[in-house]
Amino acid sequence: MSDPLFEFLCRMGDNTLVLGHRVSEWCGVAPVLEEDIALANTALDLIGQTQLWLGLAGEVEGKGRDADKLAFHRDVWDFRNVLLVEQPNGDFGQTMMRQFLFDSWHLAYLKALMSSTNEQVAAIAEKSVKEVTYHLERSTDTVVGLGDGTAESHQRMQNALDRLYPYVGEMFLSDDVDAAMVEQGIAPDPASLREAFDAHLAEVMAEATLSIPTDDFAHKGGKTGVRHTEHLGHMLTQMQWLQRAYPDATW
Amino acid sequence: MSSPESSPYAETKAKAPTEPRKAEWPLWEVFIRGQHGLSHRHVGSLHAPDAEMAIKNARDVYTRRNEGVSIWVVEAIHIAASSPEEKGSLYEPSNDKVYRHPTFFNIPEEVGAM
Repeated sequence: MSDPLFEFLCRMGDNTLVLGHRVSEWCGVAPVLEEDIALANTALDLIGQTQLWLGLAGEVEGKGRDADKLAFHRDVWDFRNVLLVEQPNGDFGQTMMRQFLFDSWHLAYLKALMSSTNEQVAAIAEKSVKEVTYHLERSTDTVVGLGDGTAESHQRMQNALDRLYPYVGEMFLSDDVDAAMVEQGIAPDPASLREAFDAHLAEVMAEATLSIPTDDFAHKGGKTGVRHTEHLGHMLTQMQWLQRAYPDATW
Repeated sequence: MSSPESSPYAETKAKAPTEPRKAEWPLWEVFIRGQHGLSHRHVGSLHAPDAEMAIKNARDVYTRRNEGVSIWVVEAIHIAASSPEEKGSLYEPSNDKVYRHPTFFNIPEEVGAM
């Protein structure tokens, strides 16, 4: 295993990078102009956070890789994002459900990171919390509005929850990297955040009139890099095409 | 792909709507205060399903470059406007009453710019 701190920082940065890119895919094609701009703002926030996380990861690694190198010169097996964020956008409802599920975890995790013993981690978390608080407010409102909306929007949101719920569990799995982070006081044990997440999820889904699947099966393999879903590779061919076609091209 | 696309909850139903659903989101006018001490200024309009979302949308559409400290939204149908046809009776009577402008006073130099 490589340096656990480097692994941890890649997980943080890859989550925001992959979700940021996914959300940016809506740019110009969202259902209404206002949502289009809001989604683009969210994507930009996430890419901004990526620069901080992966930038720090490159420094910690000490092999001369910066955030761009890590984002555009790694292939799919080197990515450490959770499987949830690489899932395709689907319809607008599926995108917002994915956003809500991730935001709920993200905000709780970032809040815990604000008291990290690593000052740089704590500083990045503090900056990100402000952005992610708004992301969660917005995605919660949309999930409730569409879930408790028309018969069609309700059904689509239920489909989205059924489709994405099996990817929730991975966000709360703990492994050796997490254990090392807990030991050094850098990051919390993800498993410790599950209870509060479940309570919050139940509250919002009740308001959205949606049923949480009872099967708690969880896909895993994203944050460890062992087994990503097929979707990430396809996404990277688009995200990285320029650096693949013209290696090290600059503006 | 191992994830299910069909829902085992296909039978769940949404609550019955309390009022008829509108086909389109209403139009909202957006007013933003740029800094403390200034008044809110009309910056544009947008569509949103309710007031709360209108403020969120206004935040995303009109304050992305750090323009504001306070946002007001009002549904456009609630704005009463003067009619352009009444221009004559509304505004022309004041045209020939220059004495209403405070331009006939000599301001002492000590006062400086006003």
